Formats: sequence, structure tokens, C-alpha cells
Amino acid sequence: MPNLTMPKITLKHTALLMLAAGVLALPLLSSPVSAQNDPIASRKAVMKSVGGAMRDPGQMMRGQAPFDLAKVKASLETFVDASGKMSALYPKGSETGGETTASPKIWEAKADFDARMVKFGADAKEALASITDEASFKANFPKVGQNCGGCHETYRIEKK
Amino acid sequence: MIGMSKQQILLGLALALVCGATGFWVLTAPAVWHAVRGVPTVPVKAAQLENGQTLFWAGGCASCHATPDQDDRLRLGGGRTLPTPFGTFRVPNLSSDKQDGIGGWSDQAFITAMREGVSPDGRHYYPAFPFTSYALMRDQDLVDLLAYLKTLPAVTGRVADHDLNFPFSFRRGLGLWKWLNLGSGPYQPQAGQSDDWNRGAYLVNGPGHCAECHSPRDVMGGIRTSLRLSGGPDPEGGAGYIPNLTSHASGLAKWSAEDIAEFLKTGFTPDFDSAGGSMASVIKNMAHLTDADRMAIATYLKSLPPLPSNKPAKKTP
Repeated sequence: MPNLTMPKITLKHTALLMLAAGVLALPLLSSPVSAQNDPIASRKAVMKSVGGAMRDPGQMMRGQAPFDLAKVKASLETFVDASGKMSALYPKGSETGGETTASPKIWEAKADFDARMVKFGADAKEALASITDEASFKANFPKVGQNCGGCHETYRIEKK
Repeated sequence: MIGMSKQQILLGLALALVCGATGFWVLTAPAVWHAVRGVPTVPVKAAQLENGQTLFWAGGCASCHATPDQDDRLRLGGGRTLPTPFGTFRVPNLSSDKQDGIGGWSDQAFITAMREGVSPDGRHYYPAFPFTSYALMRDQDLVDLLAYLKTLPAVTGRVADHDLNFPFSFRRGLGLWKWLNLGSGPYQPQAGQSDDWNRGAYLVNGPGHCAECHSPRDVMGGIRTSLRLSGGPDPEGGAGYIPNLTSHASGLAKWSAEDIAEFLKTGFTPDFDSAGGSMASVIKNMAHLTDADRMAIATYLKSLPPLPSNKPAKKTP
């Protein structure tokens, strides 16, 4: 006679099952799909990449690190890339939440905000072309960096 | 009230009312400050435009008075609105226009405005105009600043009056507020401190008016002096908390003087984050100062005793 009763679920089984579910769910948590659905997290990550890329040239500007053209170019490429991604990461409905420090003014003046992102990218591209040595770096890099404060003044608010 | 007739009580009450009203009238009269603390003297030395320009940037005049929604920070037509818990302030015209701006002002009138918070027509200014800090400015610096302001373009147009909630709409009451919150300047250099430190103390507490945003305030809107520069809620009504500038762990403990000077020039923190909001506007002003002045500010800030920030704990969701 076949055993028609359900197999007995022991504590050991439950633990194994939970572990398996956890392992299966892991890639979901870190998948790029969830990042795309969360514009606040995505734009924070892009902004962080810009801040991170500012470190090398920033330290070179301050004389805290030796000039390195390859590193400067890599940073400028990051800026160009970020400026292209940014505008799409502020859709309507993402005004609040996730401890965002985006100012509500972004959505009142989206065209101006987008134009500033385009300018940031264009300035970075121009710097990529014009920076060839330390002297041209010191002369042309600050113009790129000024985009940060210029935009933050209007469109970033203080952390709570 | 044994032994007092009803008439005597009424007379007493009436007397108290008259005395109270007279006392209030006298205490809040804009001219009484002069009578008690003396009329400011106007220096005779010719105005130094270059020094006036330095003080213009140190004082952050453009951050509030520049015409909004345009890029020329020397076009001081006013018109910016400042929403606060007390109501909405409208920033007046500071351009050199003789009718609508300050083009026709005397040195004496300007010193009285900056140091006592009283307008040329004898009315109290609200402390949204940070005269409690500007009061520390030296006579010669104020004369130089006015002379520089008069070289800037004239912009026509008067800005409408503030739109404040009662009782703040009652200007005369500010007379009492001033007795509580307005010291008498100008700044006196501290013996035993370096010239650099004294220059920094002057720039931070006088023209720079850093404490106006970077300090907590009491219920009357006065700066809590014991917690000066330890940070505070956004006085412009924003949800953010303005950072602590003392050398406490919640403040500038990890910043070197060079970090502070560099931040004031470029807006980049030691972590290469970039300042936002009102501070980005302040950086645009500070960037015009000399390296020596920015370093003096940094030297002074690094000397401040550590005070913990009163920033409210984050709510956990």
C-alpha cells in the first residue's frame, strides 16, 4: 500500500528549505532589474560614481596626488557617462522617499535641470579633448567641477 | 486688597497700563538705541573700493539680494522670497538705484542699518537681515562696502513688503527683541590670539554671519549663544539640518584647516562631495576671497571648542 500521507516535515527540512530559498533570492536582491525600478537608489549610485571619480583629479588639483593623465581621462569618461544617465532617473513620482536629497525644484524646472546635465556632459567632453598635460588640466578641470556646485545650489537639499 | 477702594484699584491698574505702554514705547523706539549707546561715528578716511568688494563677498550680500532667476550676482534688484516659520520675507532692492535702492544713502544711514537694524526712515529691520552679525563690522569696512555697492548697476523697482504672521507683523516689537539679541559692535580683536585668528573670527562672526544658519535658535528666534556654530535647523524652513562647524565629531573634527579653506574655494568636501543648497551660494561668494582670508576662517573654526550637534536623531522607518 502506497503511503499517501505527506512526508513528515522535520525541523531539519524547514531549515534546509529556508536556506535554499534564501540562496535563490540573493541574486534578485542585487539584480540590476530592482535598481531600474528604484530611481532614487539608481541616481544615488550614479551620483556616488561622480563623487568617487572626483577624488583622483580633486587630489591632483590640491597637489595631494601626482598628475596622472590616464586617471583624469577615466574620471572625465565617468562624468560623461553619468551625465547621460542622470535625467532619466528623476521621473515624476520619485520626488520623495529613500532619504533623497533631490530638491522638489527639479520637477518644477525639469527642462533647466536636464539642460544642466547636458552642459555637465559637454564640459567633461570638452575637457577630455583639451586636457593633454598638467598645465592644461589645472586650467580646464575646475570648469568641469563647477557644474557640481552650480547644480546643487538649486537642486540639492540638506540631509535631514 | 484690604483698605483700597475700588477707585484706587482702578487708578492703580490704569497707572500700570500707562507706565507699561510708555515703557514699551520707549524701549522699542528705533531711536532709543542711539540715545543709549551713542550715535555711530563716520570715519573720515576715503573709501577703499577693493576692501569694499572683499566685504561684499565675505558678507554674502548677493546670495539674498541678487535678482532671482538670472546669473549676474552684481545685479541686486532684490525680490527673492524667504519662506520662514514667521511668514514670508521679501528681500529688498540693494542696487545703486537712488529711488528704489541704496544709491542715495549716507554713510551714517548705512552704518545704522547694518549695525542697529534700523532703516533710514526709522523703522526696525527684521533679523532675517542678519544685522546681529553685521553689528560687529568696523566703521571703515562699512563705509568701504557702501561705496562699493554704489558702483554696482542700478536696478529699478521696489519690492513689496514682507508677508508675516501676527504678532511678527508688528515691527515695533522688534525693539524688545533687539535688547535681548543685539550686542554692540564693532568687533574687538582678542589679545593673545594671532592676527590670522582675529581676522577669521571677524569674518565668521561679522560679515560672514555663519552663525545665523549654523546655530540653533530659541523660541524667540534668537541664537542660543552657548550652542553658537554647533549647527541648527534650516532657518529658511527647509527640512534639512545645517551642519555643526565646531571641532566636535559631529562637526569638523576630521577636517584640517586646509580642507576647510579648500571647501570654501571649490565647494568640495574632503570626500569630494559637493555642497548643495544655500551653502553652494555661499561658496560662490567665498571663492572671491583671498586664500589668506579663507585660511583665516579655517584657523578660527578649527579653534572652536567642540560642541555636540543638536541634530534630531533620524526616524527609523
